[in-house]
Amino acid sequence: MSNVSNTAATAVALDDELIEGAASSKKRKQRKAGSGNKQMTLGRAAAWAVLTVVMIASLFPVYWALRTALSNNNAIIQDTGTLYPPELTGFNFQRVFGWGEITQEQIVAAGANDVQFDIWSPLRVSLITSTLITLGQVFFCAMSAYAFARLKFKGRDVVFTIFLSALMVPPIFALIPNLLLIRDMQIDLGIFAIDMGWLPFADDKTGWTSTYPGLVAPYILMTPFAIFFLRQFFIGISKEVEEAAVLDGAGHLRRFFQVILPMAAAPIFTLALITYVNSWNEFLWPFTAGKNLEVITVALNDFRAQTPGTTRPDWSGLMTATFIAGAPILILFAVLGRKVVDSIQFSGIK
Amino acid sequence: MTTVESAIGTTATPAPKKMKSRKGGGGLSDGWRVAIWFLLPSLLGFFLFFLLPTIRAVTISFQDFPLLESEGEFIGLENYREVIGDELFRNAIWVTFKYVVLNIGLQTILALGIAVMMDRLTKSIFVRSILLLPWLLPNVMVGLLWLFMLDPTNGIVNEWLGYFGVDPIGFLSNPDWSIPALALINTWKFTGYTALLLFAGMQTVPSSLYEAASLDGASEFKMFRTITMPLLRPVLVLVLIISLIGSFQVFDVVAAAGGGLGGNPGDPLNSTRVLYLYIYDKAFVDSFGKRAGQGAAAATLLMLGLMVITIIQLRVSRAGESDLA
Repeated sequence: MSNVSNTAATAVALDDELIEGAASSKKRKQRKAGSGNKQMTLGRAAAWAVLTVVMIASLFPVYWALRTALSNNNAIIQDTGTLYPPELTGFNFQRVFGWGEITQEQIVAAGANDVQFDIWSPLRVSLITSTLITLGQVFFCAMSAYAFARLKFKGRDVVFTIFLSALMVPPIFALIPNLLLIRDMQIDLGIFAIDMGWLPFADDKTGWTSTYPGLVAPYILMTPFAIFFLRQFFIGISKEVEEAAVLDGAGHLRRFFQVILPMAAAPIFTLALITYVNSWNEFLWPFTAGKNLEVITVALNDFRAQTPGTTRPDWSGLMTATFIAGAPILILFAVLGRKVVDSIQFSGIK
Repeated sequence: MTTVESAIGTTATPAPKKMKSRKGGGGLSDGWRVAIWFLLPSLLGFFLFFLLPTIRAVTISFQDFPLLESEGEFIGLENYREVIGDELFRNAIWVTFKYVVLNIGLQTILALGIAVMMDRLTKSIFVRSILLLPWLLPNVMVGLLWLFMLDPTNGIVNEWLGYFGVDPIGFLSNPDWSIPALALINTWKFTGYTALLLFAGMQTVPSSLYEAASLDGASEFKMFRTITMPLLRPVLVLVLIISLIGSFQVFDVVAAAGGGLGGNPGDPLNSTRVLYLYIYDKAFVDSFGKRAGQGAAAATLLMLGLMVITIIQLRVSRAGESDLA
């Protein structure tokens, strides 16, 4: 990394060195490097300025949601341009989270409408589905990635190619059949099978719609990308280690659990992170199959529909819910940002 | 950084052949008897949620298929004829096309510029993190953030435009503005991500080339044109294909922000009724899903279209070849 990065930036300094020969003194080199930088100062400064503007533009909308969430709604409507909360209050968070008693006067004073947000329920549903999907998908895909990378069987590369071709299927194309499949599921999974009506016209035949199994089913077993991602790393693990385990009499199961998984812990963790973010952000499937068991993105979309287009929209409440919906991602990102950035560069070019 | 390079490497070279692994090692030979246990869950997932739906969707597209009855009657190409003859479908194609051109055009140019600047200025992980942030946020959240910021009465964007004497614009509620506005929203979301991918591609260009060029007194722009662009081509094509396919499938942001406050997805005047929304409505909403077959037909057409675009793009741009060979 450092190799690549420094060479480009210090190309000018290097050139000077080459021209003047290796014998040039340190002082001279510094002076030369300095003057080289000076020549580029204007262009570089301009580029830095542009890059800074781009960074601010990336952050601003999120900041704007927080600023709005932290202010009284009447103040927001009167004062649209102030860069800080025009009337600082934590009331919106109290309201959206449902903390403590909230009186009608308080709501009126805050310029809010009395739409019930009840954000805990969708947050819980999102947390459960994202966790289930992440655990299942990463584990099952690690298993098949192990088979594709380390086992030999007839037609292996053909099966792998067919798996990859699933990347070409647009989600909406599989949406109708997937919904039919989930709706026709009649297997009762006990506590998970929360039987609720689906759409107004869906008489009593709801199957797994609006249940946890229904929400996680299309993603928990495999995605082509996850298998592809892990297979890359499994191929790279040295064969010697695994052969040593074979000599110790380890079967496939032990080799998978005690050699491959520990040695690929870093990419597995990265994949888990990507999967979690993707599941948290997923909208189309839960919007279709989870009308009565709403994940956070679906609930958020509903809040918007409930915020009427009157002269006094409840911007503060809406932005509070919006900010909270993205907060887990922001927290994950703040803690593990570096890993995400590195992994995104990998995953994108697939 | 090694991960990035290896990723690009694998895209350029075909997957390792069987030959290689056969030579690999003595104790690792097994066959399906063992492999099936490791493959079972993903085979099941592939069958249930990719293979079966593909077959079923194509079948449904040839049927008169009311969603509630799960039982269809074969009607040949009738659904396709209906859909292709539907003015709303042609409108959806046109609207989506406008959106894609604006979105991909803007996004790619901006991302290239940002990637070049990062390549020359900094490898800072902090800078890259900030640029990536919009891409990680839920689409619905992004839609609502901009729904507020673009609001004609309370939005900050119109407040700022007002400083320059511009009258408030209903970005999302005015049919002339709605598609550009949605394209801009997703450009905001995806530019940093695209820039990072291109930036990663640029790291594979040997710096000795730049050094040699700058010795010859080449300008930054000339280096970009004669070194960066030709060598970046395979990565650029790949990134373009990925973002084009994604762009054609825009839905979440339209659902969240389409029509503006108090509006509905598709508003105003069907100006944001993109293909995904058209298919969704046909399949699940219109007449309680009575014409799901038409939805499936439209979805099949969309998939075929995406495949054709991918193939054309790969052909036209000679994706496999970099001038670095």
